[in-house]
Amino acid sequence: MIKKRTIPFYRDIRILKYLWQAIFGLFVFGGFVYLMNNMVAGLQKQGVTLGISFMNGIASFDIGEQLIPYTRTDSYTRAFLVGILNTLFVSIVSIIFATILGFILGIARLSNNWLVKNLSRAYLEIFRNFSLLVFLMFWYLGVFLKLPKIQESIIWFDQIYLTNRGVAIPWFIPGDTFSGFLVLLAAAFVLSVGLSLLLKRKFRKINDLQLLLFTFLFLLLAAFLGYYTLATKPFIIDLPFITDTKIKNLKGGVILSPEFMALATGLVLYTAAFIGEIVRAGILSVSKGQFEASKALGLNNWLTLRLIVIPQALKVVIPPLTSQYLNIIKNSSLGIAIGYSDVFYISSTIINQSGHAVEAIALVMATYLVFSLSTSLFMNWYNKKNKLVER
Amino acid sequence: MSTSVIHPPETKLAPLAWLKLNLFNTWWNTLLTFASIWLVYTLSKGILVWVFTEAEWQVVDANLRLFLVGQFPIDQIWRIWIILIFLALLSGSALAIWARNSKKLAIGMALTPLLLALLPFEWSERFWLVGVSLSGVLGWYLASGIGSKVKPLLYTGIGIWFPVSIILLSGFSNSSLTLTEVGTNLWGGLLLTMILTIGGIIFSFPLGVLLALGRRSNLPAVKYFSIGYIELVRGVPLITILFMAQLMLPLFLPAHVTIDRVLRAQVGIILFSAAYLAENVRGGLQAIPNGQFEASHALGLDAFQTTWLIILPQALRIAIPMLVSQFIGLMKDTSLVAIVGLFDLLGIAKTVLAQPEFIGLQREVYAFISIFYWIISYGMSYLSQKIETAVGLGER
Repeated sequence: MIKKRTIPFYRDIRILKYLWQAIFGLFVFGGFVYLMNNMVAGLQKQGVTLGISFMNGIASFDIGEQLIPYTRTDSYTRAFLVGILNTLFVSIVSIIFATILGFILGIARLSNNWLVKNLSRAYLEIFRNFSLLVFLMFWYLGVFLKLPKIQESIIWFDQIYLTNRGVAIPWFIPGDTFSGFLVLLAAAFVLSVGLSLLLKRKFRKINDLQLLLFTFLFLLLAAFLGYYTLATKPFIIDLPFITDTKIKNLKGGVILSPEFMALATGLVLYTAAFIGEIVRAGILSVSKGQFEASKALGLNNWLTLRLIVIPQALKVVIPPLTSQYLNIIKNSSLGIAIGYSDVFYISSTIINQSGHAVEAIALVMATYLVFSLSTSLFMNWYNKKNKLVER
Repeated sequence: MSTSVIHPPETKLAPLAWLKLNLFNTWWNTLLTFASIWLVYTLSKGILVWVFTEAEWQVVDANLRLFLVGQFPIDQIWRIWIILIFLALLSGSALAIWARNSKKLAIGMALTPLLLALLPFEWSERFWLVGVSLSGVLGWYLASGIGSKVKPLLYTGIGIWFPVSIILLSGFSNSSLTLTEVGTNLWGGLLLTMILTIGGIIFSFPLGVLLALGRRSNLPAVKYFSIGYIELVRGVPLITILFMAQLMLPLFLPAHVTIDRVLRAQVGIILFSAAYLAENVRGGLQAIPNGQFEASHALGLDAFQTTWLIILPQALRIAIPMLVSQFIGLMKDTSLVAIVGLFDLLGIAKTVLAQPEFIGLQREVYAFISIFYWIISYGMSYLSQKIETAVGLGER
């Protein structure tokens, strides 16, 4: 008689799989429950109850800089929103300038000019090895707070005032006809794109650069016409100046606080070094044969760059570039060390005032997670769209 | 059989021709060259004038000990030297075993403490520095003398170095033993920075490897837990995690357990670093071809043996350059603990600037510690490259 041989359950891979997962899940869940219990017990001892409703309370603290109206009688939620906007503001400004500087550095690193190449290389080597926080502290305490008083401010080109109370730059104030001006510009844009497409169909020889130039000139012309023909000026350029009152003050233009300037400068100079390295790697990733083949096909320098090099380099450059942008957003939280009122700084003030540490930290983390998750969603979409089509 | 390679003839240019080719070959390059010369001139002039005539460096000179070890008691500083001598012994023997052929690297490492001794330190400190150098040389010759039998000894030494150091530094609260207790509130400066860095590296490494393996696991529960953890931590800034560790770690633990502030920061750094490490290790794991798994299964190795003996050694080898640069980032990031109130290099800088006689010297102090971080960071990357080539990493 043949006995039916069965595998004991503790050696059966089909069962083991679930067993292991159950044990793991139990372990994680148990640990979580244990920590939560401790936390709730600890909070009860302190007399704090968990809940988000405290965010409706009155903030009663001032915020150094704000993009939307805010007073100390507003709620914590409003203060938090001010913080988010400040984070986005400094991040976007830093991203723009870091990208420009980074691309210049990356391209300069591959220049055939010996001096330019090595200067750029020195920059990349030096700035990548600084500690960002120390670097920011240096810019804030060592540079921007050490600028002269308002009376003795350094003035660049008669327009930009550098003082220890902030940096004032010219800005514009929209006038009554500003909305009309915008409509005019939009119309001009549509018209110029239509015209250029028409031109392209008519004269095939026109290339994209010329079309771009054409559109740009058309827009410039429209702006010029609009500025001088509208009944009142669409906007006034507002220059900063020092008041004549007894206590000197900066007025006019836009005044950027020393905290903002230090944070933005530090982030730009530091991140540009990483972006430079990324751009260099991207250009180098296009093999030499591609250049040569393109030359052999009779494409000129511009077309080689536009049709052959940039599309291939971009595939290599964009993913790490996005993660650098994300790093800028996350690193802007270091503003707390120099007193820039970003979302993290404001939440730590909220924690100090309300005592709701758990909820406030959870809110901040959720905010940053939204930024990073939306970035990685974009990344996935981009990668899928630009996947190299291979045979 | 050797292949003979015919090198192309080297072109040697006269200086003038070199200048013309590299700096002035087109009008555009000429313009760039002059612009660069102007830039270099203005920048270096400004910096040099400040460094040599305006800056008041006595703030650094007067507080050098604070920068290096913080408030660590003067009469207990020998403990730190013992730790360094032990480290030198281990490095010397490690170099002798794995990098026999690169004598230059070993000599350079042995000479560094001697060169430091030339700086204006006190005589006792110079004596210790010479001791560190000699200990390294001793380690080299000991390891060469004993040969391959020294390996288990060396592994044990490396294994116990960090725990022994921590015990030696903190001492015992029981006064019957000779080592008096030095509380972590007295650890500071470069010492604390290095402890947080090394502790972070040692403990985040196994955690990161486990997370990386978990992320590639075919058990959904493990996989999604790992993904969730990694993405959550990578999505938030380090400072939020440090804040959470400072404020919430005591809450998470039972009421009777108290946790040291330095330890809280260390836990925060480890949890943060592990997530990034996991991604780097995953990069290494993905580079291992499927054939390795299949071959290992065909040889009858089980899942654990496959991972431990076949996959991980190869994956980690691939990941080493990425791991090194991550560890450098970790070192630079430890400065964030100053925000939560610890006295690491940056925290000490703040206390130095709070002394009434040094008010207003922010530029000097921050420039100094910036350079300090820079040297460590650059040194780590330089040394790791040297060691990678010396031990023949990447060659088979």
